[in-house]
Amino acid sequence: MSHPELKPDCLALDCEAEATRIAARMIDIVGNDLRRRGATIAISGGIDSAACAALAARAFGPERVFGIMLPERENSPESLARGLAVAERFKLPHAVEDITAALEGLGCYRRRDEAIRAVFPEFGDGWKSKIVIAGGQDGSFNYFRVVVRSPDGKQHEARLPAREYMQIVAATNFKQRTRKALEYFHADRLGYAVIGTPNRLEYDQGFFVKLGDGAADVKPIAHLYKTQVVALARHLGVPEEICAAKPTTDTYSLAQGQDEFYFALPYQKMDIALWAFNHGVPAEAYAEQAGISAKQAQFIYRDIVAKRRTTRYLHAGPRLVEEVGGIEH
Amino acid sequence: MAKQDVKAEVRKFLLDNFSMGDRAVVADGASFMEEHILDSTGFVELVSFIEEAFGIQVDDAEMVPENLDSLVNIEAFVARKRGAA
Repeated sequence: MSHPELKPDCLALDCEAEATRIAARMIDIVGNDLRRRGATIAISGGIDSAACAALAARAFGPERVFGIMLPERENSPESLARGLAVAERFKLPHAVEDITAALEGLGCYRRRDEAIRAVFPEFGDGWKSKIVIAGGQDGSFNYFRVVVRSPDGKQHEARLPAREYMQIVAATNFKQRTRKALEYFHADRLGYAVIGTPNRLEYDQGFFVKLGDGAADVKPIAHLYKTQVVALARHLGVPEEICAAKPTTDTYSLAQGQDEFYFALPYQKMDIALWAFNHGVPAEAYAEQAGISAKQAQFIYRDIVAKRRTTRYLHAGPRLVEEVGGIEH
Repeated sequence: MAKQDVKAEVRKFLLDNFSMGDRAVVADGASFMEEHILDSTGFVELVSFIEEAFGIQVDDAEMVPENLDSLVNIEAFVARKRGAA
């Protein structure tokens, strides 16, 4: 057999060795390569930014890390509390910057709600919404549905036409981009680099906003599967309530799991699928191990390839007509 | 309704909306997915176009490659939908 076997421990990680290796690379990248004197990190209350905060504190010392909590009115109230718990656990200087007023000024909520009203004309004050992904793993195309809940608690959903879907995403992207503007404010003020916090699933499958959460100077956990990030976070002492929480996007006013929005599978299963795909495990062998049908495994593989292809543009930096002499990237 | 050339109308839609660069033709049997003609948002746009242009409703369960991934598949799908209506 030429492909590696898909064993249950394929994602096992020597957490201490990996933390040491990452911290050394962070010092090298930020200090020697980028010539910054520390790092800022936006702490969302989720596990990826918590793990990165812990790694940054270990690499640079807490006094050279600046944590920023960036809540807005649609976040779960737990997120800020968890973010503060991370900053306190790792003794990071930090600030809370509420971005609601900035988002109102940019028309983030208004532009999004206009698009939702094109589908649900009665949508308005007191209603909540989210977008969920459909298709993908059952062989149909990926498409999105909008789910709304009226103030009296009734839930409705409908498939989103392309124009409305694109406007909702475009408007919502103000959240990630506004956060990044503030992260760079603090980084510029302090002479620091900005840490980006994608895990491997997010980085590989393009689950980020270009020039939003995708913008950063160093991405210390982009090579780690989410399962490994959870293990590393526990090892580094991230509060258990964060390690045990189900990943959410915390971007829409209705609670939304990441698997509903983007991955179509819970992260533990998505990790295994991506690992198997990356290591050349045939779909049939993966299907057998994962306890799914061969057809479903093929759909999942196909979805991995499709997402990579579709999101290539998100990774792309600006292209030049020709090389500009003397400027290195 | 006058007889419509489904393939020609969809081909025009694709070329008008998704053709930038050197992709000048879409063969009848070409897979939009495999030829990288459409991404997932593109398929949703295609569905909106088909619903409007041919007066049919595409159900969620019908959003599959067998119905929508090539000009010939779309032609057959539209014919089936109209026949069933």
